[in-house]
Order: sequence, then structure tokens, then C-alpha cells
Amino acid sequence: MLVFDLALKSLRNRAFSTSLTVGSIALSVALLIGVENVRVGMRESFSNTISQTDLIVGAKGGTIQLLLYSVFGMGSPTNNVTWDTYREWDEHPAVEWTIPYGLGDSHRGFRVIGTNEDFYRHYRYRGGQAIALAEGRPGSGVFDVTLGADVASELGYGLGDEVAVTHGIGEVGFLNHDQMPFTVVGILDKTFTPVDRAVYVTLEGIEAIHFGWEDGGPPMPGEERTREDVLAMDEIEITQVTSFFVGTTNRRDVLRLQRDITDYEGEPLMAVIPGVALNEMWQGIGYAETGLRVVTIFVVLVGLLGMLVSLYTSLNERRREMAILRAVGAGPNRIVSLLVLESVCLAAAGAIGGLVLVYVLLSAGQPIVEAQVGLFIPIRPPGSVELLFLGAVVTAGFLMGFVPALKAYRTALHDGLAVRV
Amino acid sequence: MSLAIDIRRLRFRYGGGPWVLDIPELTLERGERAFLFGPSGSGKTTLLGVLAGVLEANEGEVTVLGEALTSLSSAQRDAFRAQHIGYVFQMFNLIPYLSVLDNIALPARMDPARRARLDGAGVKETAALLADHLQIGDLLKKPVTELSVGQQQRVAACRALIGAPELIVADEPTSSLDFDRREAFLELLFQECERAGATLVFVSHDRTLEGMFSRRISLPDVNKAVL
Repeated sequence: MLVFDLALKSLRNRAFSTSLTVGSIALSVALLIGVENVRVGMRESFSNTISQTDLIVGAKGGTIQLLLYSVFGMGSPTNNVTWDTYREWDEHPAVEWTIPYGLGDSHRGFRVIGTNEDFYRHYRYRGGQAIALAEGRPGSGVFDVTLGADVASELGYGLGDEVAVTHGIGEVGFLNHDQMPFTVVGILDKTFTPVDRAVYVTLEGIEAIHFGWEDGGPPMPGEERTREDVLAMDEIEITQVTSFFVGTTNRRDVLRLQRDITDYEGEPLMAVIPGVALNEMWQGIGYAETGLRVVTIFVVLVGLLGMLVSLYTSLNERRREMAILRAVGAGPNRIVSLLVLESVCLAAAGAIGGLVLVYVLLSAGQPIVEAQVGLFIPIRPPGSVELLFLGAVVTAGFLMGFVPALKAYRTALHDGLAVRV
Repeated sequence: MSLAIDIRRLRFRYGGGPWVLDIPELTLERGERAFLFGPSGSGKTTLLGVLAGVLEANEGEVTVLGEALTSLSSAQRDAFRAQHIGYVFQMFNLIPYLSVLDNIALPARMDPARRARLDGAGVKETAALLADHLQIGDLLKKPVTELSVGQQQRVAACRALIGAPELIVADEPTSSLDFDRREAFLELLFQECERAGATLVFVSHDRTLEGMFSRRISLPDVNKAVL
């Protein structure tokens, strides 16, 4: 207790170097825990985005790519699937439901997804939650559009507003389908998934804005059609989808269905199981994660080394203090425990400071990350991993404390009651 | 048992260096006020280190207050020092991050036996009483860095005296004081040693003070290692 009191008062006496040391340890610990938190949060956020979908089907290509553009709104699709093929698989006996997705357009940086009522009926996220509407109704007409929660709030749209779609998926497109604006009929509830950052129209709408664009560019002058032309048509024929989600009647059929789709002879198709594709993706970036973690561990070590340097260099000016402590009866062991305790206190204060800092930064950064990257990093109470890290930092502080402590021990034995140089 | 210090055939040196102490015999009665003098380098501080049990004799026997230091382990000697000896340095006596009160109270907090000898009074009360006796009662709450050298030495004396140790060892405690203040300081120190019944070993190279002591020891005369 006396030693603890001495350690605290001694540290407080050197307030400036103490706070610098604690600050640098706190920063490094915050980095370590922050990286871990973001990593876990990112995985959680990704796997929460889609639920209960057994297969995602698209044109042959990269499995991760298919997952990224269909589910997470990242990257661009290469090929489409014909409507007839989609219909054929939709009616396959093993298939209970499907959700068709037509991709490739955007609105002010937000992806436009052409789909149908099956999306509202079957799409599930985070443990089976269904899509719900905050206001309005699901889009069903050719020029109806339903907005994700973030799209509506960031762009300030309300029901009845008109929305023009841009060809391609850049932040700023220059080929606009602005002769055929859509009308907002519904706004979705916030889901904390990429659904919030997408604009949902009907597949017919996607077809309509692309009349005359069959060869990839805008229609020739004189061939443009207007909204009124389209509305006058009896029926709009859907020609293609980009990908579709499949729910099976019986989950035991998933693997066989996946094989059948991959072997389909009508056109080159591919089916991925979302969980499997996600795992592949995590394996791919696992090396980067490990590298990042190693770097952050080294940063923590550097922070602790800073503490070691600060304690060690203070020893010379503290020789007098050690001689006094010896004179009033402190054995060399007490001197050792004083310095080890100071080191542990610094490490512990740094660890706790780092933990606090992480939560401050996470709560400040959460909306920014969500807006910039579309990832919702959940803030959870510190788990076993965090506590393990904190324990490791304090243990490292304890072990490192022996370096100045043993030096002080030797000096104290050598000095005795007189400070010899 | 009536001897405070009983040294027989003591020899000491640092590491493999030359002999610093070679004292065939030196004894001191309990309750004496001894003045130990000698020029710089005559081994004064080293002898105090041996008496306090911080340094271990290479040869011979050192018995302090009836306890043979030479047969104790270093941890036992530390405990013995904490319990029975009050020590005052020449200067820089105080731990800079502790208040005056905490500095005085340090030995009582370090050792249960010293605490037990406070006669039922609390550590704070005893420290305040001692500070009053040494006329620094109004400084208790001050940080030690704001004290004058004379005030610091009085705080150090209070710390040496708290918990009534039987032996007070003072290593040139007055050499950084003005002449007038030396005598005043000594008077107070004597008074408190008497009150506690403690033996005092006072080291100095300055013989102007020796008249105030009951016993005078010239270290060069007893220490054969000094050429």
C-alpha cells in the first residue's frame, strides 16, 4: 500500500512525462483495439447484409465479384442473364423464391437497382429481418422509385419528388436518362446495410430508360422516347437481369441446385452461396488483416518502449530518492516493486485510456464511415478479445518495468546511503 | 546489552578495492551523544553505512543495539534499520514528491514496529507533534521543494525521530547550515533524542561543534585503514 502510494505520487510529480507516456500508450492501444473492432465490425456488417438467401446467380465470372456487386453495391457487373433463363430457373421445382436484380445505373452516386415485388417480399437481412417501408409504398409502376433510408435523408428527397437516373455507376455520370424521370413513391426503413444506400425501381423502369440504348450509347437524335411514349405502351418487355437471389424449398437441395446452375447449357451461369463466397473473401484479405494486426502490435510495443525509456532516464535523477528510501528501511525489493508498480500503473492507465479513446473515436467515426464506405460498424461493449489485449498490455508493462527496476536495484545496492557517481 | 554499538575487528572494502575500514574496536554506550569526526575520505560515511546495515562488513563483528548485524541477511538488516535506526543525511534529505507530513511519516508507514511505538497516537498526530518540537509545525502541508535548507534538515530530523528509534545516525546534517543555525538545530536534536532516550551518532569534519557532545571519537585514530 505504501509502495502503491509512493508510485502514484511519484508519477504525479512527473506529470508531464507521465501524461506523455500514458498518452502514447493510449494511442497505440486505441489503434490496436480500433483495428480489431473495425475488422470484426466489418465482418459482422457484411454478413448481416444478407440472410436466408441460399444462392446468388449471375453470369459466369468471379464469385466474389458477383457477391460484391449484387449484395454490397461494390464493383461493376460484367454480363447479364437473359430474362428467359431467369424465368426458367425461377420455375425450377427446387426453387421457392427468387429476387431479380437489374444493375448498371446510378443516381448521384447511389446505385439504382431494378427489381420487382419479390424484393420486398423475400429479401432478408440481419437474422431474417424483412424490408419495411418508412413511408409510401413499394414501387410497382414503370416510373415508380423507392429510396433507401440514407439516399432519402442525404439527398433530402420526399414522396412525390422526381429522380433522374444516370447511366453507369460513377459518382458523376454524364449520360443521363433525364428525359424519363422517376417519381418517389416510397422510402425504406433504415437497415444499416447497403440497402440504405440504393435506389429501387422496377425492372420495367430499367428497360424503359434504356430504349434505344441497345448498343451501349444514347439513342440517335430523333429516336429518343419520352416518358409519355413509354406510359402509352401496353406492356414493356423485360429482356435481361444482372443477377438473381434464390431461396430454395429445401436447403438440402442447395448444392445440387448450385451445380445444376453452373452446368446450365443455355448460357454461362454461376451460382454462389453467400456465406461461402464471404468466407473466400475474408480468406483473401486475411493476410492484409494479419499484417495490419502485426503492425498495430508493434505500435503498442513502441508505445511501451517509450515508457521504458522515460522511466529509465528518470532513474539517474532519482538516485537520491532511492538512497532516502533505503535509509528509512526500504529493502532493494521495495525499490524494485516501486518501479515495477510505476510501470504497471502507466501501462494500465494507457490501456484504459486507449479503450476510452476507441469508443470515443468509434462513436465519432461511425456515421462518417457509414456515409463514406456504406459500412455500419456496430459499437459493442469490450469483449474477451479487447480484455485480452488490455491484459497483454498491462502484462507487458509489468515485465518491462523490471528493466528500470533491476537497474535501480543495482544502483541502490551500489550507492547504499551515499550517491556515488 | 547496555552497548549501543559494539564493533570488533571490523574490516570493510568496496568490491575488490583497498580497505576503507579497519577498526579493531569501537564501542558506544546507550544514551550517549557521540561526535565522530575525521577529514574527508577517512571512512565516516562508510562506517555509518555499515552501522545502518546497508553495507555488509567483510570481516569482524558489528553489534548494534545488541543485534549482531554481521549474522543477519540483507533483508533482515533492512528490517532492522527500519525498526531501530533514524538516519539524517547531509542534504537532499527529502523525497520531492511527498509533502512535509508524508516525508516525516515515511518510516512509520514503512515499518509496523515503528508505528506500534507511537504510543497509541496516530502517525499524523505524532508527526505534527515532532514538527512542533522542531519548530516547523506550520510547514506540514507545504511541498518540500518550497522549504529552505534549514527547514529541510529539521523535517529530516523529525523523520529520523518518529516512532522513537533507539539509534539516530546523522551524517553531517549541519554542514549546509549557517553557524548560528547549526547550534540551534543541534539543541533541538539533542532535546528530542533525550526525550526518546535515543543514542546519537553525529558525524562531521567540522570540530567547532564538538564541545556540545558527551563523547568525541576521532575516526583516523580508530580506523587503521586510514594512512
